[in-house]
Amino acid sequence: MAEEKTIEAAIPEADEDVLAFEQQVDIEDHMVLNMGPSHPSTHGVLLIILTLAGEEVIKAEPDLGYLHRGMEKIAEGHGYHKFIPYTDRWDYLAPIANNMTYVTAIERLMGVQAPERAEALRVICWEIGRIQSHLLGLGAFAMDIGALTIFLWTFRERELLYDLIERLCGARFTTSYARIGGVDRDPPADWLRDLKAFCTEFPDRIDEYELLLTRNRIWVDRNQGVGVISREDALAYGLTGPILRGSGVEYDLRKEEPYAGYEKYEFDVPIGKHGDCYDRYLCRVEEMRQSAKIILQAIEGLPEGPVILDDYKSSIPEKQGVLTGMEQLIHQFIVITEGPKAAKGGEYYFRAENPKGTLGIYAVGDGTNHPQRLRIRGPSFMNLSILPKLLPGHMLADVVAILGSFDFVMGEADR
Amino acid sequence: MDFWIDDIGWPFIKIFIIANVALMMVALLVWAERRVAALIQDRLGPNRVGPLGLLQPVADVIKLFLKEDLTPGHVNRPFFIIAPALTMMPAIISLAVIPFGASLIIADLDIGILFIFAISSLAVYGITIGGWASNSKYSLLGGIRSTAQMISYEICLGLSVIGVFMLSKSLRLQDVVLMQGDGIWLFGEHYTGIMGKILDWNIFKQPIGFILFMIAGFAETNRTPFDLAEAEQELAAGFHTEFSSMKFALYFLGEYAAMISIGAITVTLYLGGWTFFGLENLGGSFSWLTQILIFAVKLLALQFFFIWVRWTIPRFRYDQLMRLGWQVLLPIGLANILLTGVLKLIFKV
Repeated sequence: MAEEKTIEAAIPEADEDVLAFEQQVDIEDHMVLNMGPSHPSTHGVLLIILTLAGEEVIKAEPDLGYLHRGMEKIAEGHGYHKFIPYTDRWDYLAPIANNMTYVTAIERLMGVQAPERAEALRVICWEIGRIQSHLLGLGAFAMDIGALTIFLWTFRERELLYDLIERLCGARFTTSYARIGGVDRDPPADWLRDLKAFCTEFPDRIDEYELLLTRNRIWVDRNQGVGVISREDALAYGLTGPILRGSGVEYDLRKEEPYAGYEKYEFDVPIGKHGDCYDRYLCRVEEMRQSAKIILQAIEGLPEGPVILDDYKSSIPEKQGVLTGMEQLIHQFIVITEGPKAAKGGEYYFRAENPKGTLGIYAVGDGTNHPQRLRIRGPSFMNLSILPKLLPGHMLADVVAILGSFDFVMGEADR
Repeated sequence: MDFWIDDIGWPFIKIFIIANVALMMVALLVWAERRVAALIQDRLGPNRVGPLGLLQPVADVIKLFLKEDLTPGHVNRPFFIIAPALTMMPAIISLAVIPFGASLIIADLDIGILFIFAISSLAVYGITIGGWASNSKYSLLGGIRSTAQMISYEICLGLSVIGVFMLSKSLRLQDVVLMQGDGIWLFGEHYTGIMGKILDWNIFKQPIGFILFMIAGFAETNRTPFDLAEAEQELAAGFHTEFSSMKFALYFLGEYAAMISIGAITVTLYLGGWTFFGLENLGGSFSWLTQILIFAVKLLALQFFFIWVRWTIPRFRYDQLMRLGWQVLLPIGLANILLTGVLKLIFKV
């Protein structure tokens, strides 16, 4: 309850600040620099219109929408099932995690529950997505600050993960591994063993990255005290994920409202103290270790059984059954062409702790095979909202550091 | 007749040899940078053109020659054209006073080091003018950064070498080389054992000065962690954003030529130049070849260090760089001069 009060108190204050700033600044006297939409460190197509006094930023206006593809509208025209491949393209650095979040939301809308083995596999996928995303986030962050080697080192591990994903679902990048009522298929032989080997090895690799960065004087100087977000601001602007936790708010949906059996796993939620770029970096690094820990636990306790629901009204029947049985063949035809239906008037808001923060899916069913409305709450979009308040007062080089520490992805912000 | 041989003939031959060696080194360095970066980053690097990819720089240059030389409409043409040359030139000119061997020196000036400082300060004009003439905001920021940085670090560079000249009692670079490696003088005694000879190198007699010189050298050559002028991720290549084809290549090669020239000065001042404890006399009348080889090996070892640093550590921020230059390096440089004077009196070196 205390947190809600702070939110109400902080919002008007923040707006006044921005207004006051705009009045102070006389734009005529300063240089206006368009940073983006194609700039090496805006991670895609973010445009920030910076007003500079020398190297100091006095005003920053983010301009979004260059990667807008109308995802929410597309969802209204497609069936629930056919929309799954589109989820790969939101946060394209962790497509497999998006699949899981979307499908869980649709399952809850339809009132079905995936079997236990599928749930455990989903947890594994969510955490693989987190490691994938944080690896690239860390690499790009370090590269923005000038440490180019880290970027290629993190790609070494990302490559191993992509190989594993390819073996799991046939595609490296556009995974579409989730299905309504479960997942596409059981992992191939030896896959779990190799994933386990990766996760056992991985903490050592993180140590390597940390050796180059964590106590590096230049890295510390560039990040400590830069881009400080107070606890109140972080809550007021609706920031989520490592950015929120870096500001000292202990908020992780995996702990707050566990889904897919997250309550069964033992892991810590790293919390920062100062809310600066350095704390955000430390949070991400620690989250990768915790993710590896969760995957190991999930592999250890992976239950036997089917990976997709045995309910032909909502889920695709097993392939072997489709090839031999009449009933399965008919249902497969119906599910693929028409797709499962959600009840009229039914609505559900599901949110999950995705790598970049809270990914929320709000779906409204109208009795047909496609949603009447599908709202996607992308964490990157919300996280970027604090830039106009955060950037002024920093140097141009800090802008790059702050953007790197935010680890946003425009596919998700613009959708 | 002697005039033609001594004052025209020999210098031309020397210039030919040294300029070619230097330019070959530049090409080699471009290759080495990419291969060492690949080694550090756990990948292969260019290995297709020629043995070990050694001909890669040749292929690169041919490619750059064939690129369209685009001059954007909004630039200040005369300055835009002259700027890349201004970067390349000082780096090569300053090689004129570097002794590559006992007789392999183009101009044995009495004030060798002052000549180098005078010339190398000009390099900043290439970058500043290039950034300004491009008429682009990112380039302008790069040019401004570079100017401020060069001015700050030029002072540090000058202060750090004073200790060396206090010890050698001469500004002539050949004297500095000959003074090193023949045994250290302590309390009026001349130690000519192998340890005495090794410790006679200025890197051991002037460790603080050496470190300062290296740091300032990194800043002078615009290398990471001081590559703010071109900071790819901040300024999108900074001062050379607008340059293409051979103009870009001149900037690119100019950076490596500057590395060679700073490296050559470091080898001369601190690492015993072309000498190596008597090895330099090997080969009789062809000993100049041995000497130039010794020099090249030392230089390459130093360049490896330059490359190693670039691919290991991040970049400074503008204000941190200025603070380091003025508030840390400058006082240390001054203190080093004082310390050198005191120690010189105590140890009677």
